[in-house]
Amino acid sequence: MTAGDYNFAYLDEQTKCMIRRAILKGIAVPGYQVPFASREMPMPYGWGTGGVQVTAACLTPDDTLKVIDQGADDTTNAVSIRKFFQRTAGVAVTEATAEATIIQTRHRIPETALTEGQILVYQVPIPEPLRFLEPRETETRKMHELEEYGLMHVKLYEDIARHGQIATSYAYPVKVEGRYVMDPSPIPKFDNPKLSDSSAIQLFGAGREQRIYALPPYTHVVSLDFDDHPFVASKAAHDCDLCGAADSYLDEVITDDLGGRMFVCSDTDFCRCRRAAGHTGRLGAPVTASRTVAPPPPPSPTRGEGGADPDLSDPGASPPPCGEGLGVGGHRHDIKETAE
Amino acid sequence: MTAHDRSLSDRPLFQVQNLSKYYGARIGCADVSFDLYPGEVLGIVGESGSGKSTLLSCLAGHMAPDTGRVIFDTALGPRDTVTMGEAERRRMGRTDWAFVHQNPRDGLRMGVSAGGNVGERLMAIGARHYGDIRDKSIDWLGRVEIAADRIDDRPRAFSGGMQQRLQIARNLVTGPRLVFMDEPTGGLDVSVQARLLDLLRGLVREMGLSAIIVTHDLAVVRLLADRLMVMKGGHVVEQGLTDQVLDDPQHAYTQLLVSSVLQV
Repeated sequence: MTAGDYNFAYLDEQTKCMIRRAILKGIAVPGYQVPFASREMPMPYGWGTGGVQVTAACLTPDDTLKVIDQGADDTTNAVSIRKFFQRTAGVAVTEATAEATIIQTRHRIPETALTEGQILVYQVPIPEPLRFLEPRETETRKMHELEEYGLMHVKLYEDIARHGQIATSYAYPVKVEGRYVMDPSPIPKFDNPKLSDSSAIQLFGAGREQRIYALPPYTHVVSLDFDDHPFVASKAAHDCDLCGAADSYLDEVITDDLGGRMFVCSDTDFCRCRRAAGHTGRLGAPVTASRTVAPPPPPSPTRGEGGADPDLSDPGASPPPCGEGLGVGGHRHDIKETAE
Repeated sequence: MTAHDRSLSDRPLFQVQNLSKYYGARIGCADVSFDLYPGEVLGIVGESGSGKSTLLSCLAGHMAPDTGRVIFDTALGPRDTVTMGEAERRRMGRTDWAFVHQNPRDGLRMGVSAGGNVGERLMAIGARHYGDIRDKSIDWLGRVEIAADRIDDRPRAFSGGMQQRLQIARNLVTGPRLVFMDEPTGGLDVSVQARLLDLLRGLVREMGLSAIIVTHDLAVVRLLADRLMVMKGGHVVEQGLTDQVLDDPQHAYTQLLVSSVLQV
């Protein structure tokens, strides 16, 4: 079967209409989980079936898509979903956050601030923040309906009682516009402040659980906490070893079996742009001048037809906007493989 | 001290009028009416299937009665809890009311520490200061005779009697005015029962609680209840002061019930 046999962006138009209705309802009621008739997707649950359906419903042929997995553009989940849409929708793809119109993300918010007109699509494994506290779905729906959220604080209380601090470090519950308590998908709590007052539309899709929820632009989102144990957006107490950034979320990478480790930005695009701009961390190699800033490539409708990932492997394709394609990207890739 | 000495007002705290609940054509409970005054403890006794638990569920708002009114004297004046909104009824269920289940597993969160269990109602009504919540939990664990160093243990590490006491602490921490108890001593051995009853009696007297206790154990009502209602087949067959009903039963079923108690 060739790409031409699929409808644009894989899903049929009826399904996309249905998903768009759910998205609109979600945007109208920020933080409320809207049920939708999730479809079987050609990938396993847990790989972003919900996010892919939301992305498919939002895509137009003029869009530029960026897909990240734990902040990285070059990991399996990101690469395969990007390829999926290149093949079924033929849209332009990019690694540059600023250039993308739709960003599908697994468990991170890009470091670069999002702008108006962008859509951030989250892949959500478990949309119900109260799931492991109250097993009855009928009851959790009732609790959302009646705004009975004391139980969410019981979880935080248990954290402090056991660990001396709020040990929840990802999927940290938030309250949206003073109304619904929402699971922000398993993003690190470092990213929680970025949920609030974002210029972009944020959409959350849970495929297995058949729920969509949304944050319209400039929505007020508060992370739950106690008066005497306030919310802290934590990260590893290091700078990035490649680009030297002190304010970005870091992955810890074990480099040998002798205790060697390095900390690198989890947002690969952010890290690459910084290195291209001349920043260097503890272990980073200097970037050659000729490889720095190239003009952003014009959106090209033929870009997706090659099938292969043009950004990293095809020398003929336009370089990513920060100018760093092969050298640093390849280097970083090696590091990640070492880690695994 | 009698119930009437303790009551501050002559207005009933809780009024039940012609309450009926049918399961299809079968009677759950039929045409039950009574008044409960502040500080008063009402016992409901009867055999299995007599409609005690159905009645209690209807009173506590867990089940909707088919007919009748259940009027509670809220801070804003008497309100019919059957017709009030669910949000309001549930809010009352965690502030002015408390419900002690027969099986502590139904009333506790078994995966949450003792302190978290006690603190849940506080957090549900807006407490957001960890230190205060913890202090209050420790205070209440002490009042139900659970050592403070057990505060971070899960209820499943507790004995049955401790679980039941923890459930009581969890319910009373927000200072409710009316407590519903469904067989609070069921499943406990007699010595633990005696201690629990002693504790309950102390707490009820000390806090001036009103309580409705459903049980089939006449000893429990003899100790705790000011007044007694005897149910059979969904109907109230006799009611009156506890001692009066137990010492001089009028209805044939009450006589049977009283004479069925084994004498040691």
